[in-house]
Amino acid sequence: MTTATLPPSATLISQSADSDTQLLEVSMGPQHPSTHGVFRMDVALDGEHVVKLKPIFGYLHRNHEKIAENETYLGSMPYTDRLDYFCSITNNWAYALAVEKLAGVVVPERAEYLRVITGELTRLQNHASLVGFLMQDMGASGTPLMYAFREREKILDLFEALTGARMMCNYMRFGGCRCDLPEGWLAQAKQVVDAFPRFLDEFERLLSGNEIIMARTQGVGVLSKELAINAGVTGPMLRACGVNYDLRKVDKYGIYDRFNFRVPLGEHGDVYDRYMIRLLEMRESVGILRQAMRDLPEGPFTDPKTKVRNFRPKPGEAYGRIEAPKGELGFYLISDGTPNPYRYRVRPPSLINLTVLEDMCLGQNIADVVIILGSVDIVMGEVDR
Amino acid sequence: MNLEQLKPELEAAIPGCRLEIISNPSPSGQHSLLIGPEHALDLATFLRDTPHLRFDYCSNVTGVDWPASALPGSVKSKEMEDGTENVEQDTNAEPTGYLEAVYHLYSMQLKHGPVILRMRTEDRATRVHLPSLTPIWRSADFQEREIFDLFGIIFDGHPDLRRILMWDEFTDHPMRRDYVEPDDYEYEPTAHDDVLRKTMHHYSGNA
Repeated sequence: MTTATLPPSATLISQSADSDTQLLEVSMGPQHPSTHGVFRMDVALDGEHVVKLKPIFGYLHRNHEKIAENETYLGSMPYTDRLDYFCSITNNWAYALAVEKLAGVVVPERAEYLRVITGELTRLQNHASLVGFLMQDMGASGTPLMYAFREREKILDLFEALTGARMMCNYMRFGGCRCDLPEGWLAQAKQVVDAFPRFLDEFERLLSGNEIIMARTQGVGVLSKELAINAGVTGPMLRACGVNYDLRKVDKYGIYDRFNFRVPLGEHGDVYDRYMIRLLEMRESVGILRQAMRDLPEGPFTDPKTKVRNFRPKPGEAYGRIEAPKGELGFYLISDGTPNPYRYRVRPPSLINLTVLEDMCLGQNIADVVIILGSVDIVMGEVDR
Repeated sequence: MNLEQLKPELEAAIPGCRLEIISNPSPSGQHSLLIGPEHALDLATFLRDTPHLRFDYCSNVTGVDWPASALPGSVKSKEMEDGTENVEQDTNAEPTGYLEAVYHLYSMQLKHGPVILRMRTEDRATRVHLPSLTPIWRSADFQEREIFDLFGIIFDGHPDLRRILMWDEFTDHPMRRDYVEPDDYEYEPTAHDDVLRKTMHHYSGNA
């Protein structure tokens, strides 16, 4: 009776383990507040310990790639906002970068700076709210999340002033950006960026040394370096394992070779390291933003020679990738010379970072699954596409 | 990564493997290597483990559908610099078309790449098997499942080949070029239908 309701795989586990124990299968999600969207995990529990975990998703699947194949190149740009709806600007950037590679478009210097400024602001607000969510998952109800959202709102106000939308920015165009900075924007942005380290100090004073947080996160959800590389984990999760791989340094896309910044690395690959890496990355982003705002040149904000309407790249293919806040976001495009892409593929970092979810959760407590998932930083709009 | 240098090296290391450079005329200049499925695992292991190559990171895995109708354009655009042998192969494949799996490899250790591998199925109907590279790169796990789900390529040797985005009862492959959306997705009777039927019955006054 004890294992009759379990699928065959779970039954097998219970036989091979201690025969007195009883496996309990729990379906976490899809409507669970800690799953960051419509996401489900089939978890088999031995007492409180996880012995099996299968992520199940697709609830938000709308076949973004198929829609884009029936859409013009420019027509897909606003759709990319909806992938990772926290970071619409970096989604735009990755797509624009792939199309620029495909068609050989040159981006003017001012546009590159605008991209770096908006992209790094996106990273700031994504990491800040992620840390807030992680604390919420851990039971630090409300306060850290609201602190993070307070800062995020300031950045979203900047986005609204620049693009007209808080989250669905639709800001990039092939060969540049959609519009130039409005009057007074830069001064306001400088103010937000200058005030940001104070928020980080406050955040760190509140959280980093907190005994409960350390007890809950240190040594939890450990991911080894080798597995992380082999499983294609990217972004802060990979660097928390101590692998020095940041596309801003490796590919030097755009103008990232002009900025002086360091890549923070973790040692243990646990949840605490992932939390810490995000805090440190925010500090580095503030540094990049200060340099970019200082050096921002005058000039055109978009390439005047690139036609936006009736855009037809020559036949061929290109894979463009950037370091999005969640990891490597890539776009793979095949053109057949028509106004629509023949093949349009998104390489979503959240989906591929989920590959190792089971490996990180095995043997952990059920309560830790929530924070391990929280530290992966997933957005279902991107996982399901 | 220069494929002209890599190709002879691979041919020497894995005797009898079929390799062909597919040139890419776009400004990105990302040429790719078409490999025969029978030696794919050996080749992938070699690419991953050889000290000066070390392609330890498989970034992107995706499928492409090439039905026969799309092929003439692709032969023109993609096979321009190839020799006569390759053109013959393509004319043979033309009536049926094929499905293609594309792998983008990078090296995290040596920080180079990409090397792009392609594998093609024999046709689009039944002979759609390719070897899975998940045993070499775990990152292909979910992505190969996605190709299986949306394109219908069957990856032999994949540890857990199930549908990933569509539901398990779904039968078609939505990313194929000739996919036709069904008129009605709700083919399964739901509890809701029962309730509706009873309601209609109630309103009709026959109760």
